[in-house]
Amino acid sequence: MTKCSDPVILNLWHPIGAIAEAAPGGVQETVLLEERLSFAFNADGEPVVWRSRPGAQGVGQISAADRLPARSTYGYVWTSLGSPPADLFPIPEYEEPDRRKLNAATFGVNVSAPRAIENFLDMGHFPYVHTDILGVEPHTEVKEYDVEISVDRDEILATRCRFFQPMASTASDGGADVDYVYRVPHPYCSVLYKSSPVDEARRDVIAVFLQPVDQEHVRAHMLLCVLDEDNEDKVIKRFQQTIFGQDKPILENQVPKRLPLDPRAETPIRADKSAIAYRRWLSQKGITYGVIPVAA
Amino acid sequence: MITLYDYELSGNCYKLRLLMSFLGIEYKTVPVDFYPGREHKSEWFLKLNPLGQLPVIEDDGLILRDAQAILVYLASKYDPSATWYSRDNPALLGEISQWLAFADGITSTSSAARLHDALFYDFDIDAARAGAHRLFRILDEHLWFGEQQGRNWICSATHPTIADIACFPYIILSEEGGIPRQDYPAIRRWCDRVKRIKGFTVMSGVFPAGPGKIAA
Repeated sequence: MTKCSDPVILNLWHPIGAIAEAAPGGVQETVLLEERLSFAFNADGEPVVWRSRPGAQGVGQISAADRLPARSTYGYVWTSLGSPPADLFPIPEYEEPDRRKLNAATFGVNVSAPRAIENFLDMGHFPYVHTDILGVEPHTEVKEYDVEISVDRDEILATRCRFFQPMASTASDGGADVDYVYRVPHPYCSVLYKSSPVDEARRDVIAVFLQPVDQEHVRAHMLLCVLDEDNEDKVIKRFQQTIFGQDKPILENQVPKRLPLDPRAETPIRADKSAIAYRRWLSQKGITYGVIPVAA
Repeated sequence: MITLYDYELSGNCYKLRLLMSFLGIEYKTVPVDFYPGREHKSEWFLKLNPLGQLPVIEDDGLILRDAQAILVYLASKYDPSATWYSRDNPALLGEISQWLAFADGITSTSSAARLHDALFYDFDIDAARAGAHRLFRILDEHLWFGEQQGRNWICSATHPTIADIACFPYIILSEEGGIPRQDYPAIRRWCDRVKRIKGFTVMSGVFPAGPGKIAA
């Protein structure tokens, strides 16, 4: 019996851990949608995921019938408690060989997944929460940008976003107007593209993959897929962790913790266009988990 | 120059960044990938500190570990006003040491709760939270009675000491471990006073004092 009864969410792929941080040969324990899961890698390096139970110590003891769907993608193990689609959303840049690909960190956050996605989409908080890094007063205006819900790809796309950033990444050497594109290709995952300070024709990719522990707690996995030939991994991770550490108390103080989908529940401003589209998209999908659905 | 082996999200490292900022000391940072890399348990780091804990500093060939010990050292060496650690006042020194030990208790409760919630450490979360509330209650009363006597800081002095610095980080970060501070108004006022000390600096998860009056 599963505790989440939202079929859309049950049938999704969900991230449950970074491959780089999994102890070789060991069994990792985690929680997804209020269920305890275990995972490990078989001799071929493929992930095996199962519902945790006493006595099951390793991959060899897990029968085929007890295995949940599993895949390794973008440096993480993904699984599903339902029937997931054949493919996960594409991030073509992940295949480019000159990119640095890192799990910046996996943090536990006392917030619903949709609230965390909304914060990720918001530029208005940059000067106030990420002062001197992603924004600084008086450059506080969120300029007009475009949002569409792509029917073909079933994802939200926000384009033409621009923001003045004092230090957009570890590779920055000063303030610059930075272009952003946001994708929300999965109800609990978002991918951000921002101008690369080292190559003006390309963009850094930063993704947040949220593992719903329950309706009001997540494990936030942060993928970095960036252009930076100079800095050590730990310096690049530190930058992203600093940013996320600044967001964390803001996220954890949101009330209510679940995202209200009724357009009248919270008053948006023009800068919240992408958030409005996101809430509408969740409503259209009929999602009930991690949100406060519109009253029937 | 002083070298600080540092992790941005560590409250214990923040204690030293705070003191050095108050004192206007320049230092360089060597980032340690505490999480997720566990670099503080790596071979090279264990040579610096066999306990495998942050922070560590290196200064003039001296390698020193333990946030509280380093606060004592830095304040003794680099504070010309000798107010942060008053070497010539035995009673005050005793008080400071008492509250430095108390700060270690805050680390083993409030910081442990935060590590459990954010970084998945396998700690007894209920015990950690209950322990933090017990210490916060004691400190809140102590600060409240101090305010009645015109004392703004943890120790009996007209100025803050390293005891204030040692207690501050894991109190201000307590909500990240599910430990609210609503019930500790004197602690909240004291946090606001710490944030208004000249040279105060933030870390991720800590915001500067708002404009205007001290919070009620």
